[in-house]
This record gives sequence, C-alpha cells and structure tokens, in this order.
Amino acid sequence: MKRHVVATIDGEHAEFLCDDGQTLLDVLRDVLHRTGTKEGCGTGDCGACSVIVDGRLVCSCLMLAAEVEGREVETAISISNGDTLHPLQRRFLEDAALQCGVCTPGFLVAAKALLDRNLDPSESEVRFWLAGNLCRCTGYDKIVRSVLETAAELRGGTG
Amino acid sequence: MSEEAKFRWIGTRVVRPDGVDKVTGRATYGADFALPDMLWGRVLRSPHAHARILSVDTSRALAHDGVEAVITSQDLPDIPSEEAFVGEQPTNFRELSHNVMARGKVLYHGHALAAVAATTPEIAASALDLIEVDYEVLPHVLDMPAAMAASAPSLHRDLEPAGFAAGATVPPNVSRRIELGHGEPDQGFAAADVVVEREFTTKPVHQGYIEPHACLVQANPDDDITIWSSSQGHFMVRAYTAKLLGIELSKVRAIPAEIGGGFGGKTTVYLEPLAAQLSRISGRPVKMVMSREEVFRATGPALGTRIRVKMGCKQDGRLTGAEAVLHYEAGAFPGSPVQAGAMTMFAPYELEHVRVTGYDVLVNKPKTAAYRAPGAPMGAFAVETVIDELAEKLEIDPIELRLRNAARKGTQAPFGPRYREIGCVETLEALRSHPHYTAPLGPNQGRGVALGFWFNAGMQSSAGLNVNEDGSVSVISGNPDIGGSRASLALMAAEEMGIDYEKVGAWIADTASIGFSDITGGSRVTFATGMAVVEAARDVKRQLCERAAAIWEVEPERVKWVEGEARLEGEPDREPLGLVDLAQRAARTGGPISGRASLTARGVGMAFGAHICDVEVDPETGRVEVIRYTAVQDAGRAIHPSYVEGQMQGGAAQGIGWALNEEYVYDEDGKMCNPSFLDYRMPVASDLPMIDTVIVEVPNPRHPYGVRGVGEVPIVPPIPAVVNAVHAATGVRYFDLPLSPPRVLAGIEAAADRGA
Ligand code: FES
Ligand code: FES
Repeated sequence: MKRHVVATIDGEHAEFLCDDGQTLLDVLRDVLHRTGTKEGCGTGDCGACSVIVDGRLVCSCLMLAAEVEGREVETAISISNGDTLHPLQRRFLEDAALQCGVCTPGFLVAAKALLDRNLDPSESEVRFWLAGNLCRCTGYDKIVRSVLETAAELRGGTG
Repeated sequence: MSEEAKFRWIGTRVVRPDGVDKVTGRATYGADFALPDMLWGRVLRSPHAHARILSVDTSRALAHDGVEAVITSQDLPDIPSEEAFVGEQPTNFRELSHNVMARGKVLYHGHALAAVAATTPEIAASALDLIEVDYEVLPHVLDMPAAMAASAPSLHRDLEPAGFAAGATVPPNVSRRIELGHGEPDQGFAAADVVVEREFTTKPVHQGYIEPHACLVQANPDDDITIWSSSQGHFMVRAYTAKLLGIELSKVRAIPAEIGGGFGGKTTVYLEPLAAQLSRISGRPVKMVMSREEVFRATGPALGTRIRVKMGCKQDGRLTGAEAVLHYEAGAFPGSPVQAGAMTMFAPYELEHVRVTGYDVLVNKPKTAAYRAPGAPMGAFAVETVIDELAEKLEIDPIELRLRNAARKGTQAPFGPRYREIGCVETLEALRSHPHYTAPLGPNQGRGVALGFWFNAGMQSSAGLNVNEDGSVSVISGNPDIGGSRASLALMAAEEMGIDYEKVGAWIADTASIGFSDITGGSRVTFATGMAVVEAARDVKRQLCERAAAIWEVEPERVKWVEGEARLEGEPDREPLGLVDLAQRAARTGGPISGRASLTARGVGMAFGAHICDVEVDPETGRVEVIRYTAVQDAGRAIHPSYVEGQMQGGAAQGIGWALNEEYVYDEDGKMCNPSFLDYRMPVASDLPMIDTVIVEVPNPRHPYGVRGVGEVPIVPPIPAVVNAVHAATGVRYFDLPLSPPRVLAGIEAAADRGA
C-alpha cells in the first residue's frame, strides 16, 4: 500500500504517493522529477541532497518521504525568486564557486540555511557549517569566499 | 607586454554559459534523465576477490514479478583482443569487456557478473538475490610483493608480459616492464657528495567525484542505441559500448549529460554496455545508477604504488644522477600509468644520468583508472621527498636546490625530447618570492615545498561555429564540460570573432552532431578543443569576408575582418558589414555561414606547478592540520583565470586528502572495508585553509592564445609538499601514505625513543 502525502515543495502544493521506505530524495527525484536535488551517496555523508524542511537543514536521503506530510520543503529551486537569482547564486557564478556543479544545489541550500540564521559568520563558522557538504572540484576556497561575500552584501556592507 | 592589452576577452572572469542552469538545479546530470516505460538496472557483484564462476542460474530472478531482463557474460559477445583507440590509459577492448562483465572468473570483490532490469529499483535489487552463482574460490593477491612471489596465483593465464628480454624470468602477474632515461646513473652516484636512497609506498585512492556513474539507454528494435550518460567523453562511451556489443559505431548515439566530476575516473565505461544489452532484450529504456558503495568497490580507483628512488648531489647542489624503480598496481587487468609515472617523476630536473624502470603489476583489486595526472603524484612524492632530504643534508634552501637543477628550454627530458618553452624556473621563482615562503611559523608548525610536472595532452578535437540568423554565434564542441570549459571556448570564440562574449552560446553536441572528439582528459580541452574553436572561427571569418566581398562586388582579399565587422581595405568611408548584416543576407549570398575544424592538436604545452604547504602537527595525537597553502603554476595563458585558480585549488585539496587521509582499506579476503564517504575520508571545508594561487604565464607559442593545460599539474606537488611540511614540523621523515594520525604519532614516538 502506498502512502498519500501532501506537502509544500518550493512554495507549491505537492501531493504524491510513496512507499514507507522511500526517502524524500527518492520522491523528489524519481516521483516528482525534481532532479535539482542531487544524490552523491545516499548515506548522509555528502550533502548533495540538502534541503530545508520547515526551516531545518536536512539530508533528504536520510529523511523518509512520508515524514514531510504537512511540511514545507525548500530545495535549490526555491532559492531563486523566479528569474531573479538569490545573491548566493549570483556570487557563486561570479566567483566561479562551482566547477562540475553537482554539489552546488546542496551547497546553496546549506549556505542559505546558514545565512538565514547568521548574517555575519566567520570564515571558520562557514567552514564548519558547510563541513557536511562535499565538493571534490573546488577545494572549497571559492565557495567559502562566496558565502562570506554574500553575507557581507546582505548585511549591506561591502556588497 | 602590449599583447596583453590587445585582448578584449581572454583573461576576463565572465560568468560561464551554463552557470545559471547549474545554480538553479536545472542542469541535467547522468542520473537526471527518465523516459516513459523505463526500467531500472542493477548489477550483481562478486563477493570474492578471486573465484572461478562454475555456474550462474538466473531463472528464479527472471521469473520474479517485474523483472524484464537478466544478463550475464553469456549475453554479451566474446570479443577478440584489440587495443582500444579512445580513452586515457592503455586499454584493450577484450579486457574492458571482461571488466564490465566477468567471464569465467571474477577477479576482485565487486566485479560485475550479472545484471537485471526491472520495473522499479527495489525489484531490481531484490532480483539480484535470486541469481544463484556457484563459485570455486581461488587464492587471491592483494599487494604487489604477494602478486610477484613465485608461488602467487595468476590472475590471467594468457598474460603475455611485454618489455622483457627474451628468456628473462618474469615474476607472476607482471604484465609489462618499461625502462627509460639516459646516461649512467652509477657514474653520477660515484661523482656525488651525498646520495639518498629511499623507498615509498602509496595506497589506492579514489577520484571521489560526487556524482556516481549513471546512464539511461534506449535500444530501438532496429538496433539503434541512444545513450544519455555522464562521462569524460561521449565518443569514448559510444566506441566502448558499440565494441562491447559487437555493433557498428554508427548505430550508437551518445548524448552527453552534465558531468558531476570525473578526474579521470569517467574515462571508461561500467554501466552503458550493460544497460544497452538489457534494453535490447527488454525492448524498454533502462536506467542504471551506481550507489556510492559500488563506485568505491567496482570503479577504477587510482593505483597503489611502491617506488624506490636514489639520487646523488654535489656539495654545490648540482644533481649528479637519479634512478628509480616503480611498481604500479594495475588492478585486475593490465594498464597502470607506470609509463607516465616514470616519465614525469624526474621531468622537472636537468639530469645527465637518469634511469627509471617500471613494472605493471596485477592484483585482485578493481582495474585502476586514470586520476588527474595519472601516475605522476606518486612519483613526485618519492622524488620531491628525496630532494627535500638532499637539501637538508646539504644545507641548501629547498627552492634554491630545485632552481639550481631546474629544467629549462633545451634540457633533455628523461623521456627523450628536449624541452621547448617551459616555465619551470619562472614557477619556482614565483614560489620563492611569495610572502608565504618567508612568513613566520609557530610551535609544532612546519613548511614544505614541492615541484611537479605534467605533459598535458593534445589529441583529437572537433568544433563548429555557426553564425545564427540574428548574428549571434553558437560554438559547438564534442567535449563534456567538467569545470568551465564552455566559458573558455566561448571566450576564445568571442576574442577571435571580435564580438561580445554575451553574443556567443557554447554547446556540447552528441556523437551524431559533431566530429570525433577525444575525451575530456589530459588537461586538453581549453588547449586542443580551443584550438579547434579558433580554427573554426577563422574559417567563419574567411566566409564572412567572402560574403561581404560579394555584396560589395570586390575581390575577397580586399575585405578584412576587424573588431567584429567586415571592412573594405583602402575605403575607410565604406560602411562596414557586421555579423547581423551578413547573417541577414546569408540566404542571398550563399547560404548559412558555418565553420568547422577537426584536428589533432600538436604543440602541447608542458607545465609545472610548485606548492608551499604549512602544517601544524599535534604531538599528542599525530593529527596534521594544513594551516596555509599556496599553489603556483604556469598556465601558459589563463583564458578564464577563476577556473584556472579553481583547478589549482581543487587539485591541491585532492592532493592534501591523498597525503593525509585517503586510502582503500582491505580486509584479508580482499574486501574493501571503507566504501563510503564516512569511512573514506575526503577533505571537507573545515579541514582546509584558503588555497592561495599564483598563475604564472609563460605562453605556449604553439597555441593561438598561448594555452597550456592546467587541470592536472596541481595534484602533482601537494603530497610531497605536505609530507615535507610534516617533516619540518616533527623532524620525522615519512615514506608511506597516508599520514594519518596513528602513523604520524608512531613516527614521532619512534623518533623520541631513538632520541631518548
Ligand atoms: S546523497 Fe544525501 S548526503 Fe549524500
Ligand atoms: S563543483 Fe564538482 S563537486 Fe563541487
């Protein structure tokens, strides 16, 4: 028997059927065809599948789809406001903070979760907050800089 | 130089053409494709490191509800031995076929031996349990000394070792011996004031790309096969799939997905031929995605090595001779990058006497694959650590010692030719003058430096450049963009055409839509495919001038393409014709305007990189923290400096992981014990400092914009830079990777015991 779930995903009403064992990531990607959320490991170790559920940053590969009943899920897609990129997205592009880009949706979601609660993080706070997200291409330098610069911009500082 | 000033786009930090797709989750990677009626494929893998397959019974799996096809090697043609003509490391189609699907024997834990296609991933997975396999377990070998012992079990009975003298005794499981160099190293050692000889070992490590291998394949009843997959070369995917299925290349169309990292690991196939065969049998599209565990267990990691290096040096810091013996683990099939390791390890130095002997050794582990400058980082680890020791013994600054021996134009490389324009000295000098090199250090801190070399590749590339009806330009190429190459190709096209970067679109075409292109590997895309783009642009400019000449009714020679428009020589008052004018009149002047180029890129620019690493070592735990890092590299010319820096930073980070943490851990049955990102510990953001970069530009005179490849060099120096830094911090020399806390602590304690 499949379970019927109703949730808000990226600001839209969403309904789906899932098995009890199916993860949120499986449903996002294979049932709802929202493939912007990536799978790097399926075991909670890479952060490529990061989403925000009711304001909390989670690995969607570790959360059961049935658990999002009645909740609000934000993926990388809802970071931008229609065609207007979020400052984080713009900075990532301007600073070349992505190479292959497969880690990027996860990093953006995680970074947004950080900036939502702390607009003035230190470099070390950024590094530890993002330590759950693996990037094999960039060595993190440009990612960390982008997040710090975006924070400054959002604070109305050096922008 | 005034030349710099004349560039309008080269060297600028534009936003990449595919950028918005990649920050909004729209870009489609290997696992992001789906088709109606699609099946899911899964692979059954060997639980043994070495076993004969006595029988495989798939009948119960096939009978399972939802299972549409099951295959074993019996469902794939038994193809003849043939050297593969695409890819990165030496490969043979027959061996590749046996790696993709075991035939007769399984050769490593994780080796594929059957595959299933079913209506859901869950059904496919459970059907695997229903396949009954009868094995005769055979003794296995996991390390090279064991593999080469006289009594060792042979992985391949029909192995024909190459490179040995007739009648020589060849140890078991050695597929190849190589030798290179010049002079007589013994003479060099006799003339030396100091000789250092050391042996080094490194463990297999994984490229660690974040996107697991994935594909979707649709076989039509007329046997046309369409493949969507993520790889470092869709022409490679087409060739390997067609060859392994025994069909014509023209029957297969490979469509490149975005690729989520490769670093050499996606220069071969694992899934595509299986998905294709499952699709042919079931008549439905088949999608296959590896789990992370499968990626670790069953795709090609980089090899483990054992390297002995001997170097002699005069009191004045002149190297007198060098010698090395390399043993490189190929995995279960021949083809380690031992040749590249041998060629690169001493390449930064001017040596009168140098000799390297290498062996390609088979063990019961996955067939290794390329990993960024394949074979070179291990050789550099050995050589650069010995150089550091020589510098210490001779009390010469380690950069100075390298500079006294640095290769320059005219130096004979250990692999034969004399260097043309190279930037080894310039790179070292930039390293020495960087403020990092003289910054003060605190307690338990140490600084190491190292130098590295990589050839870079040329190979074959194709590109097309179309002038669109509105006067904008589309650049089309056949190389997957793994880290911003669309941007560098578009920049070169804009520069060449004299138009705005924003007017250029950059696209990657499938195997039916562009001429053959070798893999995205060997740091070759910006160099070689860039060359093809420039040639295609020049072709287009010629045509544009002809069109303008036809409109003006003048000789084409009188028309010149300047700053994005056709101008009539000698008639400055004549209104020039721009791209929009000419595009609009194309129909009446001869039809669509489109240029193309297919070439073998010659004149590759060899490159050097040099790094400084500061570490702090916790004397209580042996934990090493990298606290400051600087990478310097000759890029020839940086087309898009941010992506050049990105390559340098990413390569450095991978090298740091390799030096400090990463290794394949095997149990005695030959099973990898750490096949997850939790246990295979790659660097995370909190493990690393910012990675400073300095781009040196010694232009490659044989590229229209001076480009040298940049992607691979940066992984060559980090291991010895880190290891030399740990030595500086602790006084202990380490010869075995990785420098995990227990190993570092054991070294510190042993030194303390000796000192006590
Ligand atoms: S896919 Fe969820 S953490 Fe890696
Ligand atoms: S950009 Fe490739 S993994 Fe981060």
